[in-house]
Amino acid sequence: MISKQKIGINPKPPKREFLITALIKAAGYSAIIFVGMIFLFLLVESLPALREVGLSNLLSSRWYPIEDHYGVLPLIGGTLIITIGATMIALPFGVGTAIYLSEIAPRWLRETLKPIVEILGGLPSVVLGFMGMLILSPYLRIWLDLPTGLSALAGSILLGGIAIPTVVSISEDALDAVPRSYRDASLAMGATEWQTIWRVTLPAARSGVLTAVMLGIGRAIGETMTVMMVTGNAPILPTGIKDLFSPVRTMTATIAAEMGEVANSSTHYHVLFLIGIILFLISLVVNVTASAVVFRQKKSQERILS
Amino acid sequence: MTMKLSARQYKQRLGFSLLTLMTFLTIIPIMGVVIYIIYLGLPAINLEFLTGFPREGMREGGILPAIIGTFYLTLGTAIFAVPLGIGSAIYLSEYAPDNKATQLIRIAIINLAGIPSVVYGLFGLGLFVLFLGFGTSILAGSLTLSIMTLPVIISTTEEALRAVPQSFRTVSMSLGATKWQTIRRIVLPQALPGILTGVILGLERAAGETAPILFTVAAFFLPRLPNSPLDATMALPYHLYVISTQVPGMPIKIQYGTALVLLAFVLSMNLVATAIRSRARARRQW
Repeated sequence: MISKQKIGINPKPPKREFLITALIKAAGYSAIIFVGMIFLFLLVESLPALREVGLSNLLSSRWYPIEDHYGVLPLIGGTLIITIGATMIALPFGVGTAIYLSEIAPRWLRETLKPIVEILGGLPSVVLGFMGMLILSPYLRIWLDLPTGLSALAGSILLGGIAIPTVVSISEDALDAVPRSYRDASLAMGATEWQTIWRVTLPAARSGVLTAVMLGIGRAIGETMTVMMVTGNAPILPTGIKDLFSPVRTMTATIAAEMGEVANSSTHYHVLFLIGIILFLISLVVNVTASAVVFRQKKSQERILS
Repeated sequence: MTMKLSARQYKQRLGFSLLTLMTFLTIIPIMGVVIYIIYLGLPAINLEFLTGFPREGMREGGILPAIIGTFYLTLGTAIFAVPLGIGSAIYLSEYAPDNKATQLIRIAIINLAGIPSVVYGLFGLGLFVLFLGFGTSILAGSLTLSIMTLPVIISTTEEALRAVPQSFRTVSMSLGATKWQTIRRIVLPQALPGILTGVILGLERAAGETAPILFTVAAFFLPRLPNSPLDATMALPYHLYVISTQVPGMPIKIQYGTALVLLAFVLSMNLVATAIRSRARARRQW
């Protein structure tokens, strides 16, 4: 039997190829290792919190670490109200912009506006927080006659802005991927372009748009600097829509604001890691669900095409 | 003769106008923010601001340590994230079989991309600063930012690699090249512009992030340049946070000046990435 090496198809020594292949494989698996390590570290550092503080304290509505009150509900509530507010903004404006860019705007306008939306995606969150503090909050205070403009509303508006590029970019891709023939068929049946968008194109791109919105929400939940700078950081449990106009504090902002000042391995330190693992798990659920939607869509497309 | 529009045509006009309005309501604030920062920040920019050290409790002088710090952090992130990210993308595009393990890698990457930046900060604090004993240092910060940047680099690089036609690989292999030779000499050079775009976009994100460096690297005020990877450093995003929230009586001009320098740093990376991408698209022959 003649091996490949003997007849000279493989001029490189196989040992070298083995090494590089192993390195590449190791790099390939690195993502799993990092996710595992992050989860493990958060878990190890947060478990003592459950023991030291106790569930009834953790699930109370008072966050006041100096006196050992570690109720995380106000923080979860703060994240929730701001995320809902941000979604109310990012969903219509993000999907609306995506529809405009993909279906209505002339080509030149689309090619001009898309990079501008992408610039928003690249703006550092600290810059947005800075502008929010200096411009948005003072105006909100005056227009709405509030005691302070540093409120859940300011956070929602800015987080909506942060989520918009994600929503626009992925929704636009999804709309763009709908075959031309779908639209042509609808128009040939006498539907207006408007009817075609709502009854044909958008439903066909449904799962992509859904993914876009979910990933946008995911970004909003995890955003830190902007909310820390514009929401006033008061750990008060929001109970209704009126709390949109008062200061709140999110989970992310709490970690960012307090971690620098706590002693390592203190109870407070462990509780902050516990908030970290809650955030980790939320992002896990959001992202896995969003990607499951994409996988399912790909499969059903393959079925249609085959 | 006037054309009479039917109800549904009216509806369409109304709907189109509404969507146009929404788009411009989205676009105008973005441009407004950028223009406003340039307009108010430009007067602060001079040689002393860019090359001097902060004085008088940061209320005067320059921001050189923050600029250098962000430069080092970006460089450090590149050193770790680029080889690892490209290696991982090569594995996924060229080697990985279509099985459960590969699917798990993909889910892990999606997860990494979604983890909040402040959680990366916690992880960096726990692993690099405390457990491995790097202290608050450029090394710890760069490693933290690298892991955060990894998913961006992996997914854009993989996309670039997959865009190289399969026939290129087949031809190379049939000429007797090994798999790795084919990747190194044929696939990677063809995918280079796409890879560069992805790498720069990833690093852009790292350069602008604040939360992951809060507890891993950032110094509130450090009026000297770092001399080793184990030194703490100031950094532009953190500096902007500090001077806009923590220092009372901060001159507004310096705040906008710092915001402008950070914005210029990040947006110029964005522009370079976009330029590479469009140039490569124009020149692509397949």
